[in-house]
Amino acid sequence: MTTREFEYETVVGPAPRADARPRPRAMRWLGYLAMIGVVIVIGLPIYWTLIGSFKLYNEIYRVPPTWFPLEPTWQNFPDAWNAAPFGRYYINSIIVTALGSLSEVALAIMSAYALAFVRFPGKNYVFIILLSALMIPVEITIIPNYLTIARLGWINTYQGIIVPGAAIAYGTFLLRQAFKALPYEVLEAARVDGAGHLRTMTSVVAPMAQPAIVTMALLSLVAKWNDFLWPLIVTNTADMRTLPIGIFWLRDQEGLVNWGVVMAGSLFLIVPVMIGFIWAQRYIVDGIAAGAVKG
Amino acid sequence: MTSRAISFPWTKRKHREWLLFGLLVGPNLALFSIFTYWPLIYNFYLSFVRWNFLRPTKPWVWFNNYIDTFTDAKFWEIMGNTLVFTVATVGGTLLLGLLLALLINQPLRFRDGARAIVFSPVVMSGAVVAVVWSYIFDPRYGLLDQILGWVGLNSPDWLVDPFWAMPAVIIVYIWKNIGYAVVIYLAGLQGIPRDLYEAARVDGAGAWAQFWNVTLPGLSPVAFFLSVTSILTSFQSFDIIKVLTNGGPVNATSTLILFLYELGFVSYDAGEAGVVAMVLFTIMFILTLIQLRYLERQVSYG
Repeated sequence: MTTREFEYETVVGPAPRADARPRPRAMRWLGYLAMIGVVIVIGLPIYWTLIGSFKLYNEIYRVPPTWFPLEPTWQNFPDAWNAAPFGRYYINSIIVTALGSLSEVALAIMSAYALAFVRFPGKNYVFIILLSALMIPVEITIIPNYLTIARLGWINTYQGIIVPGAAIAYGTFLLRQAFKALPYEVLEAARVDGAGHLRTMTSVVAPMAQPAIVTMALLSLVAKWNDFLWPLIVTNTADMRTLPIGIFWLRDQEGLVNWGVVMAGSLFLIVPVMIGFIWAQRYIVDGIAAGAVKG
Repeated sequence: MTSRAISFPWTKRKHREWLLFGLLVGPNLALFSIFTYWPLIYNFYLSFVRWNFLRPTKPWVWFNNYIDTFTDAKFWEIMGNTLVFTVATVGGTLLLGLLLALLINQPLRFRDGARAIVFSPVVMSGAVVAVVWSYIFDPRYGLLDQILGWVGLNSPDWLVDPFWAMPAVIIVYIWKNIGYAVVIYLAGLQGIPRDLYEAARVDGAGAWAQFWNVTLPGLSPVAFFLSVTSILTSFQSFDIIKVLTNGGPVNATSTLILFLYELGFVSYDAGEAGVVAMVLFTIMFILTLIQLRYLERQVSYG
C-alpha cells in the first residue's frame, strides 16, 4: 500500500490541490463511482417528477411506466394552476418569506450589535436569555401561540403567520460572533470620525460582516419559504395558504386521481427554489460548512 | 466583553447608552417572551389541567395528565417510533454521509457540482419532497416498483403497510438531508492539516493507519457537531411524516411532534398536549445544552 503511494507521487508529482493526498488509482475510481451513484439517487426522483408532469393521464396509469413521455404535454401545468390557487400561494409565500426574513435579519443585526458593542449592566444575562430560546423547540409553542394569535384576532392573517416566528436566537448568536471578530481598529476609527452607534452599526459593522449576514439571511429565507407546521395551523382558507401547504392540499385532492397534475404543481415549488439555489449555492453551502468548522 | 465596548463621546452619559441597548435588543426579547417563553410556561400549566379548548373552566387535576399519558400504550408506541425514526435517520445520514464524503474528498472532476446536487434537496420544502415521493412509492405506477421489478421484487404498498411505512419515511428523510452531512464532513476533512498526513506517512503509516490515526480523530469535532444538529433536526421533523403518512397507518409512523399536533388540533386534549410538550422540551433541553457546550468550545479559540 505504502509503496504504491510513493510511486504515485513520483510519477504524478506534487498534487495540485490542498486536499490532494496521493491515493491509489482505485480510490479515484471509487470516488467517481460514488459521485455517479449519488447523482443518480438524488436525480432520479427529480427526473421522475419532471417526466410525470409531462405525461398524459392515461400514460401515468400505464404498467409498466414509461421512462420518457410518449406524447409530452403541457396540459398538466394549466390544470395544476387551475386546480388550486397557485397564484395566490406564490403571493402569500413571497409576502410571508420576505417580511419574516427581513424581520429576522434586522432583529439579529440589532441584537448582535447591542450585545457585542453597547454598554449595559447585566448584558450577559440578556445574552443568556436570548440564547436559551434555542432550547425551546418551535413545535411545542404551537398550541399556546395558536391561542394567543386567536385572542389577537390574527388567525388566517399575514401577521398571524409572520409575527410568532419573527424573532431569532441562533442568527443573533452567529452574528454576535462575527461582529466580535471584526478588527477593533476599524471600530475605533469610526468612533474617532464621530460616528454614533447607529451609524457604526449600519455603515461599518454590517457591511464588514456581510458574508455572515448574507449566509444567515439565505438560511432564513429557505426556512421561511419551506415552513410548514405553523402556516398549516394558522391558515384555514385556501386564499391564505403558502406554497408548501398548497401542494399538500393539491396532493390530497388529486393524488389518487391524477399524479401528472400533482407533479406539475410540485414543479411550481421546486423550480424557483432550484434557480435560487444555483444562484446562491456558494453562499449557502460554504456558509454552512464554515459555520460548522469555525463555529 | 465590556472591554470591547466602544466609548463614543456623545454617549458619556451612560443612561443614553442603556436606552439604546434596550431599543436594539427589546423587540427580539419581547417577541421571545410572548411567543417562546410564555408558551413554555403555559404548556407547563396546561399539563396540570383538564381542558378541551372550549370549556370556560380548566379544572386542576394535579398529575393525572402525566399518569394518563405515561400509562397509555399509545404514548410509548409513539416514543418508540420517535426513537426508531431518530436513530435510523441520524445513523443513516451520518454513516452514508461519511462514506460519501470520504470517497469524494479527492481531486475529482465535477466534485463541487456533485456536492451541490447532493445538497439541493436540503433547501427544498419537506412537503413537496414528500408529495413527490408519495408518487414514487405508488405500488403500481411508481418509480420504486419499477426499479424493484428489475431485480424481480414486488413493491410493498409502502405507505399503507404498517411494516413498510416507517422505512419509507426514513428513506425520504435520509434522501432529503444527506447532503447536509456530506457538506459538513467535507469541510471537516478539508480542515485537517496536511502536515499530519505527511508526518504519518514519514512514520510509515499506510492508508488505513492514516485513516484511523489522522482522519477519524481530526473529524471527530465535526462529527460531534453534526450528530447533535442532526438529532435535533430529525427529532423535530414534521412535514415529511405529515404529508407522506400522516402518522399512519394507525400510529406506525407517528412521532412525538405528530402526536402533539394531533392532541392539539384533532382530539383537542390540552392537558395531554401539555404533557407531551413538556416531554419534548425536556429532551430538547438536554440536547441543546450539549450543542451549546460544543459551540462555546469552538468559539473560544476562534
